[in-house]
Amino acid sequence: MNTLFDKIWDAHVVQHVEEGPDQLYVDRLYCHEVTSPQAFDGLRARSLRCFRPDRIVCMPDHNTPTHDQDKPIADPVSRKQVETLAANAAAFGLTHFGMMDPRNGIVHVVGPERGLSLPGMTIVCGDSHTSTHGAMGAIAFGIGTSEVEMVMASQCILQPKPRSMRIRIEGTPGPGVTAKDLALYLMQQLTTSGATGYFVEYAGSAVRGLSMEGRLTLCNLSIEMGARGGIVAPDEVTFAYLKDREYAPKGAAWDKAVDFWRTLRSDEDAVFDREVTFDAADIAPMVTYGTNPGMGMPVDGRIPADAAPKALQYMGFRAGEPLLGKPVDYVFLGACTNGRIEDFRAFASVVRGRKKAPGVVAWLVPGSWEVQRQIVAEGLDQVLSDAGFEIRQPGCSACLAMNDDKVSAGKYCLSTSNRNFEGRQGPGARTLLASPLTVAAAAVTGVITDPRTL
Amino acid sequence: MKQKFNIIESTCVPLPLENVDTDQIIPARFLKTTTRDERYFGENLFRDWRYRADGSSDTGFVLNDPNYQGEILVAGRNFGCGSSREHAAWAIAGYGFKVVISSFFADIHKQNELNNFVLPVVVSDDFLQELFATIAADPKARVRVDVPAQTVTNLTTGRSESFELNAYKKYCLMNALDDIDYLVLQKDKIETYEKTQRHAV
Repeated sequence: MNTLFDKIWDAHVVQHVEEGPDQLYVDRLYCHEVTSPQAFDGLRARSLRCFRPDRIVCMPDHNTPTHDQDKPIADPVSRKQVETLAANAAAFGLTHFGMMDPRNGIVHVVGPERGLSLPGMTIVCGDSHTSTHGAMGAIAFGIGTSEVEMVMASQCILQPKPRSMRIRIEGTPGPGVTAKDLALYLMQQLTTSGATGYFVEYAGSAVRGLSMEGRLTLCNLSIEMGARGGIVAPDEVTFAYLKDREYAPKGAAWDKAVDFWRTLRSDEDAVFDREVTFDAADIAPMVTYGTNPGMGMPVDGRIPADAAPKALQYMGFRAGEPLLGKPVDYVFLGACTNGRIEDFRAFASVVRGRKKAPGVVAWLVPGSWEVQRQIVAEGLDQVLSDAGFEIRQPGCSACLAMNDDKVSAGKYCLSTSNRNFEGRQGPGARTLLASPLTVAAAAVTGVITDPRTL
Repeated sequence: MKQKFNIIESTCVPLPLENVDTDQIIPARFLKTTTRDERYFGENLFRDWRYRADGSSDTGFVLNDPNYQGEILVAGRNFGCGSSREHAAWAIAGYGFKVVISSFFADIHKQNELNNFVLPVVVSDDFLQELFATIAADPKARVRVDVPAQTVTNLTTGRSESFELNAYKKYCLMNALDDIDYLVLQKDKIETYEKTQRHAV
C-alpha cells in the first residue's frame, strides 16, 4: 500500500535522525555555476573532498551567452562564475560539460537526454526546477547551496519527508492544449502555495498520454505550485526515451534495469495525504496576467475581477479586460520548461509559411546542443529561418536574464519560461507565461493570439 | 553565520505582503558573485523594492523607514516562494535578521534559512494579523522568541504561541552546529548503506 514516492524515498533512507529529518542517500547531484561556488569553498574551509565524485555532474547554463559561445564571455563577472565552475570541477575530480562541449545545455534538459537521470533515483541540484527530473520516475528536488555542500561532503542530505499528493488529469486535452497549459491550469487552480509541503505524483490518462518532453515540462513546474517535486511513474514512454542514451545502462544491465523500473508504481491501495482530480476537457490554452505563475487564465478569457491590484499595476493591466490583441515586444522560446525538441516542433508548426511580426524581438534558445542538433536534423532550422527567426545557442537565457538576454523595463514578453515574477526577465520587465504554440502565435501576429484560431 | 540561539527579544520590521518570492528578496543579477559575503547580499536585500531604477531610495518601502528596525522580519504568508537561491537567506542574515515570522513559508527557503541560522517561525494567521496591527500601532513593539521553550510572544498584547522546530535542528541552532558537521560523522553508516542498498543504479 505504498506510493511510488514512498518506495523510492524509503529505499534511500540511510537512517532516521532521532527526532529529526531523514538522512537520504543521493544518487545524482547536478551543479551549475550560480549555486555551487560557495559550496566548493565550504568544502575547502573544512578540508573536505567530494565523498562520491562519480555521482556529481557539473555544467554552466545560467550565465552562458546565447551567441558566440566559442569566444570568452564578455561580461567579466559571468565569465568568472563559469570559469570557477570549470576550475572547481577539475580540482574536485568531477564530470564537467563546459561551454561548447557538445553535451552542454541547461542542466534540466541535459540530465534526462544524456540518460543521467534514471527511474528510481534520488536527484538534487541547487536549482528549484530540479523537479523536472521527476518525469523520469525519480525523486528530484531543488536545494540550497548549504545542502549542495552537504551532498558533496557525504552524498547525503538531511530532509524531513514531505507529505504525498496525487494529481490526476483524466481525459484528452483539446486542440492547442499542451503540457504547459496543463501545468498553468494546475497552478491557477491550486495557487503557488497549493502543494507546498507535498511531493506530487502526476497520474491519469492525460498525463499517461504525454510524451517524455511533455512530462518534463509538467514536472518542471511542480515547484511553481510550491511542491517539493513531482513524479510520473515510469512506463514504456520512459523506457523508449532512455534506450541507448549515453549514460543509460546497456545490454544485460538495461534489461535488468527495466525489470526493476517496471516495479516503480504506486500500489493500487496506496494512500495519499491529498488527492485531486481534474478533467483535461476543462483546460484551454493558458496565459498569465500577473506576477506569479498562479495568476493564469484561458488565453481567450478575461482578467479576474478580484486580481491582485499590485500585480496588475506592475503589469499595466486592468481587472476584467481581455488579453487577446494586446501587443507584445518580445517572445522567448526556451528554458528548462520548454526548450526541448517537441517545443521547437510546436513553435515551427505555427510559424511555418508565416513571417515574424515586425517589431517583435524573438529569442529562440534550444535547451542544449543536443536539441540544437535535432532541430537541424529535422530541418526545423530552415522553417524557422524562412519565417524570419534566428536560433540562438543553448542556455537559460531570458528566463532569468543572468546573461545579456534581458527584457527592457516596461516591455512585454510572452515567454515559455516558468516565472513571471517582478523583474525576473530584467528590471521592470513584464512577463506573460504561455506554451510554445501560444508564444508562436504572438510571434507572427505581434499580439496575444489564441493559437487555435491560426 | 553560525551562532548560538537562545532567547531573542526585538522590535520588528513588518512586510505585510503575501507570496514574496526569492527573486524579490535578492534579484538574479546579484547571484553572479562566487563568494558568500553576507554583507554584500544584505546590502541588496529587496533591492528593487528598496531602490528606484535611478538608484535613489524608495522612501515608501519599509526597509527605508527609520521607524522600523530590529532582528525580526514579519512577513505575509508563503514567504520565500520560487527560486531555491540560498542567496535569499544570506541576504536576510546579512541585513541583520535572526528571525522571520510568517504564517507560511515555502519549503526550500525555509530550509535555507535554518541552514544559515535564521529561524523561520510559523505562527497562525490570527497571530500574524494581530502582530501586524500591533507593529502598525507602535513601531517600537517588541516580540520575544524563546527557542528552548519554542514559543513566540507578542509582548504588547501578551499573546503567545508555540512553534514547531524538530529536536535535532533545535540542538543544532542552540549549539551553533550545522548539518555538514553532523553528516561527515556518519561516514560508516553511509558506506554500509552503499554496500547493502537494494535499488538499482
